[in-house]
Amino acid sequence: MRFKNVFSIIGPSMVGPSSSHTAGAVRIGLIARQLLGEQPAGVKIALYGSFADTYWGHGTDLALAGGLLGYATDDARVADALEEAQRRGIEITFVKGVGLAPHPNTAKLELTTADGRKAQVVGASIGGGNVVIHEMNGFDIRCSGEYPTIVVLHHDRPGVIASLTGVLGGSGTNIGYMGVDRKGRSAEAMTVMELDTVPSAELLEKLRRIEEVKEVTVIDLNSREADSE
Amino acid sequence: MRFRTLKELANLSMEEGKSLAEVMIEDQAAETGVPREDIIAQMADYYEKMKEAVRRGLTEPTTSRSGLSGGDAVKVLDLVENGTPSSGDPSSRAMAYALAVSEVNASMGRIIATPTAGSCGIIPGVFVSSQERFGWSDEHMVNGLFAAGAIGYVIANNSFISGAEGGCQAEVGSAIGMAAGALVELRGGSAEQAMHAVGLALKNTLGLICDPVAGLVEIPCIVRNGLGAVNALAAADMGLAGVRSAIPSDEVVSVMLEVGAAMPSGHRETGQGGLAQTPTGRKLTEGLMKGRKPLQPEIEEPSAEETVKTAE
Repeated sequence: MRFKNVFSIIGPSMVGPSSSHTAGAVRIGLIARQLLGEQPAGVKIALYGSFADTYWGHGTDLALAGGLLGYATDDARVADALEEAQRRGIEITFVKGVGLAPHPNTAKLELTTADGRKAQVVGASIGGGNVVIHEMNGFDIRCSGEYPTIVVLHHDRPGVIASLTGVLGGSGTNIGYMGVDRKGRSAEAMTVMELDTVPSAELLEKLRRIEEVKEVTVIDLNSREADSE
Repeated sequence: MRFRTLKELANLSMEEGKSLAEVMIEDQAAETGVPREDIIAQMADYYEKMKEAVRRGLTEPTTSRSGLSGGDAVKVLDLVENGTPSSGDPSSRAMAYALAVSEVNASMGRIIATPTAGSCGIIPGVFVSSQERFGWSDEHMVNGLFAAGAIGYVIANNSFISGAEGGCQAEVGSAIGMAAGALVELRGGSAEQAMHAVGLALKNTLGLICDPVAGLVEIPCIVRNGLGAVNALAAADMGLAGVRSAIPSDEVVSVMLEVGAAMPSGHRETGQGGLAQTPTGRKLTEGLMKGRKPLQPEIEEPSAEETVKTAE
């Protein structure tokens, strides 16, 4: 099901004018920030389809910047997000995406930190403020951000996924959806797991201690960051 | 959720002797693991925000950033209070309230997407005006939102609710169907009557394109919300009167999918066709875009001149 529950239909609470081009864009920006794990120093954003054609009138640029700053969809500060990003020294550039996108409302965000760490997200805004992430850090992988989502970067080796799910199962954590992609055989791989409950710090630490695991990140649109109102 | 179609939703309601709202609340709790009272509290908070948006739109200036919209809700309310509206007081009042919320949305004010921001006026317009008219409690209205949400959940997962995917029929059309079905239940009609109202409403918006001038959620979106609220009242009346949708509602939803998938991209929220490309639509767009460079295509290693920084 693309739309998960009643609040995907009634809601979100948001500042206008467009649920797909404004609220959905805030959420794509927020997911990108969460994947990076900190405030970026530079962001290049490619807009595709209807996003590229109508972004200005819908404030899609403001909304993406708002998400990158950690704002919620109904944060009144979204209207001034680009200025605020500039004040905080975040350089954001927008280009028109070329080629095929997975959906008419798609944005590709490439984030860089001051020390050169990178994150990349391709997200589609599918209506009513709901989003689908189609790509993260070059891996062809999906999630919605509606559930607490664990993103694991690891080596492609036999038994890694069993170790990951073993740790979750051992803590009584249920996985609602899971996806895996790899760059190549025995190369880097990414596993994404949407959970029914928010993972504890202890649980995340256990996952990080698995030998083949390189990075563990949590994406959750329902977690309120310190920055949001 | 235990239902994927409107028929399954109605059957669950009838077999278990529960309202559509109750089926939705129970399934939501089971699906998300969130306690029932928290779910109801969130919806109640949303209803408060809808009432606030109606109030704001009728009492505060709502001129949009573009200057293309604002102030129409007040005009219609004035006709209701000081004149003789041709469509009758209740439907004109619903229209005024719906316009008010959509004008708040266009001016970047806070609204609840129902199911989208482009169609955010219809449900508050119908609900808030009906609550005043019939003296219903907030609790009753919150139940109505769950009924509307259940209907929208089925439409969204079997068709679409975004103009970019399926045109305006997916946004304003879905909202009218949701409001009509929920109003039938709020007024004591059966689940079956509610589903017929949904089908009757949706049939009237099949094929509606999404063609906003300059891509803004203003022209014609705001007016379509006002007129959509009136349509929802009318479709609910048909359902309550016992009129049946000869083509079952689920089949109408599948037609929405068929029509939306075949819709040219110029008619799906790109501003490249329809009203947006009329001589006047283009003139308005040119006026707004004066001095703004369109986005440049993505190229390898873009230099400062070749990218557009929209920060200025």
